[in-house]
Amino acid sequence: MSPLTFSLREAPAQRLDLSPLIAQNLAGKTVAEIERIEVGTTRVRVAVGDIFRVREGDPDSILIEGGVERFDRVGLGMGSGSLHVEGEVGVEAGRLMSGGQLTIRGNAGPFAGSGMKGGTLDIEGDAGERLGGPLSGETVGMSGGVLHVRGDAGERAGDRLRRGFILIEGRAGAYAGSRMIAGTLAIGGEAGDLPGYLMGRGTILLGRGASLFSPSFGDCGEHDLVAAQLLANYIAQVSAQLATLFRGPLRRLAGDLAALGKGEILLPRP
Amino acid sequence: MPGLTVNGIAIDDTFAEAFDMRATAIVITAPTERWAVQAATTMTGFATSVIACGCEASVESVLSPQQTPDGRPGVRVLMFAVSTTELQKQLQNRVGQCVLTSPGSACYAGLDSGEDKLKLGDAIRFFGDGWQIAKRLGARRYWRVPVMDGEFVCESITYLTKKAVGGGNLIIMGESSTKTLDATEVAVKAMHGVADVIMPFPGGIARSGSKVGSKYKGASASTNDLYCPTLKGAVDSALSPEIASVLEIVIDGLTSDAVAEAMRAGLAAIIELGPQRGALRVGAGNYGGKLGRHHYHLKDLLR
Repeated sequence: MSPLTFSLREAPAQRLDLSPLIAQNLAGKTVAEIERIEVGTTRVRVAVGDIFRVREGDPDSILIEGGVERFDRVGLGMGSGSLHVEGEVGVEAGRLMSGGQLTIRGNAGPFAGSGMKGGTLDIEGDAGERLGGPLSGETVGMSGGVLHVRGDAGERAGDRLRRGFILIEGRAGAYAGSRMIAGTLAIGGEAGDLPGYLMGRGTILLGRGASLFSPSFGDCGEHDLVAAQLLANYIAQVSAQLATLFRGPLRRLAGDLAALGKGEILLPRP
Repeated sequence: MPGLTVNGIAIDDTFAEAFDMRATAIVITAPTERWAVQAATTMTGFATSVIACGCEASVESVLSPQQTPDGRPGVRVLMFAVSTTELQKQLQNRVGQCVLTSPGSACYAGLDSGEDKLKLGDAIRFFGDGWQIAKRLGARRYWRVPVMDGEFVCESITYLTKKAVGGGNLIIMGESSTKTLDATEVAVKAMHGVADVIMPFPGGIARSGSKVGSKYKGASASTNDLYCPTLKGAVDSALSPEIASVLEIVIDGLTSDAVAEAMRAGLAAIIELGPQRGALRVGAGNYGGKLGRHHYHLKDLLR
């Protein structure tokens, strides 16, 4: 069955909340019903039909043709199926998702994958700040699944990460893996200042180091870790290129010793 | 016990009687095959019979680096016991004392599914004294325990099967100890080619087959005098005059089919070797068919 397709008519005049466009919400609805779903965020009412031409299809396979930075909350809370966006998205893409596959064929704004619990979020462009991180008032960030960014990520990627994998093929901004609770964050390019800032547990793999390391990490020397092979094998399922960086001996920095200090930063030989 | 004669070897018209058991499997890896085998050998020492060892365990197969989770050489070990509680205890003690301690080792689940779970790393992790690290990769969870040569990586759980069978057997009889041993070794080698089985006795072979009970109080098993060649003239022996040596292969398998397949492979190897170089007769041990649910008739196992 062909995908349920939303084709962008023209760029929206306001930010849109596209969180209703997920499989569990659209199953059993007719095209007319879907077109009446409101997605506006201002006093001016905007429905799906005003923005998209909707083509009937399988709600477990949703395609959004065309994307703009005003598409917020794409795939929020999705639990199954696939959702592909052929373009850019705004804030909170894939936030709280628990399953399925969300693919963004463009850049994503801040808080992509915020608090996600499962499934796979694939961002082909760059991601904004606080990738996978919690919103204000929340205590825990991403807690499961795989978040893959093929480009760069902004500041505080993996903030309060608790479980799951965040894989960034490009560079990351300052404070990558800040306040990490556990989980794994791998960055292929150079990280910004102070990766792992106040992390308690978890693993940060830095393929090309960081612009500045915190003095509150203790150098544990270089090791051939069996666990690194397991990590690399797992990462290779998503990105063979990223996995290659972590197959050799790795220098282990333990920290953040200013916090619980049971986390680690792993670095390949320069 | 009249039966068939195949390639000059008498095959008794009898059956092996085997029992339901609980079993698990683990994969042990190390920097070299020598050290993977060493860890497994140490772990499966004194694990020949549940009568006094708590479990029956042995190396099932040697794994290439391509077959292991961490890309290093490894071995797969099978372990059988009569209860889940005993299996858990034996697994924990043996991995903790023999695999954790072996240089460069790591330990993973050897079964991907089963009726129940057994703690593997979840039981060993406390050795890390708080420095242990859990790492979940997809559906699997691993513990990294700091040790003096680096880290001991151990998967959190393995599975157990309740479909396992213990006690499949062949009794190999020959005119000399050398020929009997040769035939038995050939059979064990053939059985090693069958997946999901182990032969837990030394080198896969038991020379002291037992019967149930004893004249002495407190002994649950004693020598199988009917198959002892030195007692041929003193008891109602099961041996004909030309038999001078008897050896037994005991087979435990994760499934009944695996046990049958191993017995079939062993029988075929003995028959192929022939009576001139090997055994004159093959039998099997049973308890009249009343104790064990699984019966393997030798005549059904001839290819």
